[in-house]
Amino acid sequence: MRITTALDSTSLTRRYPKTALATTLFFMLALPFLLYLVLLLMLPFNRPEALDAVAQRLGWDLGHSPYRETWYGVILLVEGTIVSLYTAVFAGVTTWVERRIAGRMQSRIGPNRPGVFGFISWVADAFKMLFKEDLIPAEADRLLFRAAPYFSMVGLTLPFVVLPFGESVVVADLNVGVFYLTATSAFVVVGILVSGWASNSKWALFGAVRGAAQVVSYEIPAGIAIMVPVMMAGTLSMQGIIRAQGGWPWQWFACQNPAAFVAFFIAVTASLAEGNRTPFDLPEAESELVAGYHAEYSGFRIALFLMVEWANMWIMGALAVTLFLGGWQIPGVSVEMINQARGTDVFPTLIWFGWQSVSMLVFAVKTWGLVVLFIWLRWTLPRVRVDQMMSLCWKYLVPGAFACFIFTLFWVMVPAPVHLVSGVVLSLGVALLLVKFALRTRKNIAQVKGARVDLSNW
Amino acid sequence: MSPSDEEIVINFGPQHPSTHGVIDFVTQTNGEIIRRSIPDIGYLHRGLEKIGETVGYPGYMPFTDRIDYLAAMLANEGYAMAVERLLKLEVPPRAKYLRAIAGELCRISNHWVAVGSMAADIGASTPLTHALREREAINDLLEELCGARLTFNYARIGGVSFDVPEGWREKIVRYLDHLESYVQEWDRLISLNQIYVKRLANVAVISRDKAIAYGLCGPNLRGSGISWDTRRDLGYGAYPEFKFGVPIGQGKMGAVGDCWDRYAVRVLEMLESSKIIRQALDKLPEGEIMAKVARKPKPEPGEAMARVESARGEMCYYVVADGSENAYRVRVRTGSFMAMGIIEEMSQGLMIADLIALIASFDVVAPEIDR
Repeated sequence: MRITTALDSTSLTRRYPKTALATTLFFMLALPFLLYLVLLLMLPFNRPEALDAVAQRLGWDLGHSPYRETWYGVILLVEGTIVSLYTAVFAGVTTWVERRIAGRMQSRIGPNRPGVFGFISWVADAFKMLFKEDLIPAEADRLLFRAAPYFSMVGLTLPFVVLPFGESVVVADLNVGVFYLTATSAFVVVGILVSGWASNSKWALFGAVRGAAQVVSYEIPAGIAIMVPVMMAGTLSMQGIIRAQGGWPWQWFACQNPAAFVAFFIAVTASLAEGNRTPFDLPEAESELVAGYHAEYSGFRIALFLMVEWANMWIMGALAVTLFLGGWQIPGVSVEMINQARGTDVFPTLIWFGWQSVSMLVFAVKTWGLVVLFIWLRWTLPRVRVDQMMSLCWKYLVPGAFACFIFTLFWVMVPAPVHLVSGVVLSLGVALLLVKFALRTRKNIAQVKGARVDLSNW
Repeated sequence: MSPSDEEIVINFGPQHPSTHGVIDFVTQTNGEIIRRSIPDIGYLHRGLEKIGETVGYPGYMPFTDRIDYLAAMLANEGYAMAVERLLKLEVPPRAKYLRAIAGELCRISNHWVAVGSMAADIGASTPLTHALREREAINDLLEELCGARLTFNYARIGGVSFDVPEGWREKIVRYLDHLESYVQEWDRLISLNQIYVKRLANVAVISRDKAIAYGLCGPNLRGSGISWDTRRDLGYGAYPEFKFGVPIGQGKMGAVGDCWDRYAVRVLEMLESSKIIRQALDKLPEGEIMAKVARKPKPEPGEAMARVESARGEMCYYVVADGSENAYRVRVRTGSFMAMGIIEEMSQGLMIADLIALIASFDVVAPEIDR
């Protein structure tokens, strides 16, 4: 039996299901990717000499101009804007992707009208949020109520300083990158606590206290699990950790070392909890606390909170990809090859730009893979209870992370060939599990016979 | 109630995503632990019982839809049965069968909403939309039968309003085939999900004695392991002619009578309803669908009561006639109202999330509580 709706006859997604899927994938990758591509193209100008060389070709003598520093500053400003804009664009695109995937999973239509396959809906949502009344409850602490979203925004934006996107595309490769990231991303919970307190609402207070307890607890297993790849690489620099891995799955830290394999899952679980994603969305548990810490917020302030929530997924995914899944490493292409392709000119060669783009693509695909996994989990799993959330952290994840940590202390003394063997065995095991999962899924689908009621959008 | 220094009073409702309508749970909590929660009902009181005294016997039928809008077929049937007893009418067998088919379809559709919204209350949003999709198919079937999708107004005093439309039987069989295999997918999706089971097992365990003492009924009673089903034990309508099981809570995941048991009973009941519909479709007798009834029946003075197994438990209609066109009194006893009484005792010591699970496991519908 097939339920037909008025939308069916006109819906593009129903007429061109494959095109819809391809378009979704394209937008997922292209939009964030394009922003960073501009960054990549501007990369050579980061050095004042490159700026001089361009000016010379145009016939200006920038080298002795008093505006040399100004021009340099303008370029850095543009680059900085792109990096901070990236969070907004990614969060927007992710809301659309998430709603598309959720629609598919829930056998409903999802956004499909504005723009191509509903792509513009996130822009429309942003405008709607802008024009909504900015309401502050009468008894609220007005200053803190207004300030709270900015704490969260700071916690979202600062980690992007050290998050790499490609072989050379990173704002600053700090030598304490991992520490910097865990430290700055904790700002988000300050926003949650302040908003809950300032709202002067019992629901918001419940959400805020839950959020604080959750994020503070889960930072411990996350921090210990993160130390595993740090030890294996011997550096805290994000780029350094990626360079210590390779392009093929058996060269990734997650597969090289059994403890890192476990630590990967601990880190991902803990970051789900830190990002307040289902099954750990307790601070905003809709069915319990109405909307939790942002129950009293409206207009653009809630847009900021939601943006933080969605853009946090990129940080969660990018961190896991960097530490455990080989980052931007291209299979079969070593870092030396890319560096050699650069040439000695002020401007890099076209081949170098090509390899850089490929490395960015590899990083984006891996991170999007994890983000889609987070979305999948959110639309599948129920929510855990507060005490279960706490006991999972303290009884299982913290001891587990410690065990991985201690195992890795000894593992780094093991000779390299063992790493290779364990890498091949583990990645083969993962591949087998994936095949088994696919077969099981096929069997499950075949089991549901009879008339299917199909309202899916792809 | 006056809270101590550490306790706060917080109102779950009347506007809250998980109260299943306009109910207020006045909850005294110490942090996440609830000291007690008292249901404050009455926000949806529309005086439906009083209306029964003013609109005449057949005219009250659409109002019974509004008593329980998620299982309106069963609410119709109860009222029709009560008035038929007053009039001493014999309903034609075909009408009895049609009431059973429509009623069981309605029960399945109601239970889809019940289990789906329960999953949503526990925090999983996908099962709800899948459940609503399944319910949509039943809405279509019932729309073909009687033209309405929610407030059916299908039963009549002395029979039913419409006969089976063409091709309806085949569609039902196709849907039931789908349903029986889909329940397996449903179990994989949510019933056996470990987080879900851990959230519900051993939560708010209602013992046999307590369930009886508080007058729980229907799936809530059976969840505590008591095998009582009005359809089987009182055998009204066409039900004595069908073979079907009565699922009871068995404590598979925890203790007998926990939230998971009440949930599982509903899932299993859908399969039993499916069996009843199949048998009824096979045996569906030919003949009239309405008995001979006056346009404005005037029963002899007297009283009658009808008990039907509604989706939310035993639904009793008590109608008193004084010999005029209008009833002297109409009273309704509903399953949701009975479930409210036990919440104050069961909520003591639960966590906030457990209270939501407890309310959801009773499958209450606010208009049925208040009428």
